Amino acid sequence: MRFDGMFAIAGREFRSLFASPLAWALLAVTQFLLAWRFLQLVDEFQLYLEPLLVQVNSPLGVTDLVVARFLGDPTLLMLLLLVLGVLAMRLITEERRSGTLQLLFSSPITATEIVLGKYLGALGFVAVLLSLWVLMPLSLMLGTSLDLARLAAAAVGLGLMAAALLAAATYISCLTVQPGVAAVGTFGIGLLFMLFHYGAGATADNSAVFEYLSSLSHYDNLLTGSVQSSSLAYFALLIIGFLAFAVRRLDALRVQS
Amino acid sequence: MTGEILLKAQGLERDYGDRKALRGVSLELARGEVLGLLGPNGAGKTTTLSILSGTLPPTAGSVRLNGADLLDGGRAAKRDLGYLPELPPVYPEMRVSAYLRYCARLRGMERALIPAAVDEAMRRCGLTEVGSRLIGKLSKGFQQRVGIAQAIVHRPALVILDEPTVGLDPLQIRAVRALIAELRQEHGVIISSHILPEIQSLCDRVIILYQGNAVYSGYLNELNAVADVQEFMVSFAQPPAIERLQTLAGVEQAEALDSRRLRLLLSDQAAAERVLQLAVREGWGLREWVPVQQSLEQLFVALTHGEAA
Repeated sequence: MRFDGMFAIAGREFRSLFASPLAWALLAVTQFLLAWRFLQLVDEFQLYLEPLLVQVNSPLGVTDLVVARFLGDPTLLMLLLLVLGVLAMRLITEERRSGTLQLLFSSPITATEIVLGKYLGALGFVAVLLSLWVLMPLSLMLGTSLDLARLAAAAVGLGLMAAALLAAATYISCLTVQPGVAAVGTFGIGLLFMLFHYGAGATADNSAVFEYLSSLSHYDNLLTGSVQSSSLAYFALLIIGFLAFAVRRLDALRVQS
Repeated sequence: MTGEILLKAQGLERDYGDRKALRGVSLELARGEVLGLLGPNGAGKTTTLSILSGTLPPTAGSVRLNGADLLDGGRAAKRDLGYLPELPPVYPEMRVSAYLRYCARLRGMERALIPAAVDEAMRRCGLTEVGSRLIGKLSKGFQQRVGIAQAIVHRPALVILDEPTVGLDPLQIRAVRALIAELRQEHGVIISSHILPEIQSLCDRVIILYQGNAVYSGYLNELNAVADVQEFMVSFAQPPAIERLQTLAGVEQAEALDSRRLRLLLSDQAAAERVLQLAVREGWGLREWVPVQQSLEQLFVALTHGEAA
């Protein structure tokens, strides 16, 4: 089968993540921290915001003031960057360090299949992680009604942003054999893509460009429930671009090694 | 030996920046043949094997496996190839059988054939007992065997093993040698080593690399003739006078190692026969006659006409 090698790589990557304590630690620690933060937001809503909303007869509800705030929370975004940094330490970097890249290079598979296989395997893990995160706001349905369409848009946004930054992590992980460098590099580039947003105001001429470049501005759109094709195109471009860089880099490695 | 050419490499060159690691190495391998690459560390053995296994493109030259170009049409050609790099490419967190299934899939084997192929590779490499253990928990010798198993699991026509016995204990070395002897029944095998006796015990043909050049290429039994020195360690019950030995035709050097043992350097096989006949006739009482294996160093000196020294 044409892509059997790619799926073999993806399956192995996914399973091997769960074979190490690292994945479980990431799941447990991030879930605990986010649960804490989530509880704070729910508390705040119950104690202060809900009475206030009733008084001013506001149309805002729990979806705006808990769900959207939770999914856009800096704690959550930082934890996402942490997870991606740790994943970048493995991916290609680990294969190069342990010499297993030789196995892949001597097999009848292309660099594209190697990169896509590694990426999809790690994406599987990110999907599990984000599903657990999204379960928390979803659990509010036990006590109240939620705008499910908005929650879905926000979850898709979070997934797309994570997928785009994971593509960047895959590329960074092709650049170095030092796991630490891969982690810091991924964290840095992820943060940069989020922060483009804030540099935008300084020079009015370029603000539209920076606005478009920023992952957060597109993510914010999705958080408010507005699914724009330009945002979808933005994330798709990031994914394709970084994966293409990674393929080129891996091909170059084959020549240099 | 069937004589059918399996692998043909021509004019392989490889530069790392300014350094030339390989300077035009050519070789051929027939099915059922074991070819040894011999050379000191840094001679270009690993570079050659990396090129032959398609993991490293050569700066110049071509490699054809089963008639297909390894560099252009890599996909088809690589299915027929199994490669054990210097470091076995294993994942410590995987179980042996799962790892071998993964390798078979990577090599494009049909799903239905994989379980039987994995069982067979484990049996041949003596891994059946440890099939469900984590590779990281195995001893170095077993990890090396897992490395060999991944190179043969998809039943490739060509198996390339880079220093397969490095770091193993003597028992494990014997097991690996027996395995390689078994592999030659169906596969063409290329192994590299810097240990001469190892190559001598396994290979039909040998290529000696030195500073990126193939300084010798031929059948092993011709090797001693090329090196043209025969050294023996002998001991007699009644040793003759050293001077008497030194005057014999064909004896280039004779010296006493201790009261009983002598070191003889002979020019050819005929000289050895003359010494032995004389020993019988004059009743020296031969106790030991041990050919001293050519050390790699001596061989290089002989082959590079002293340049290597």
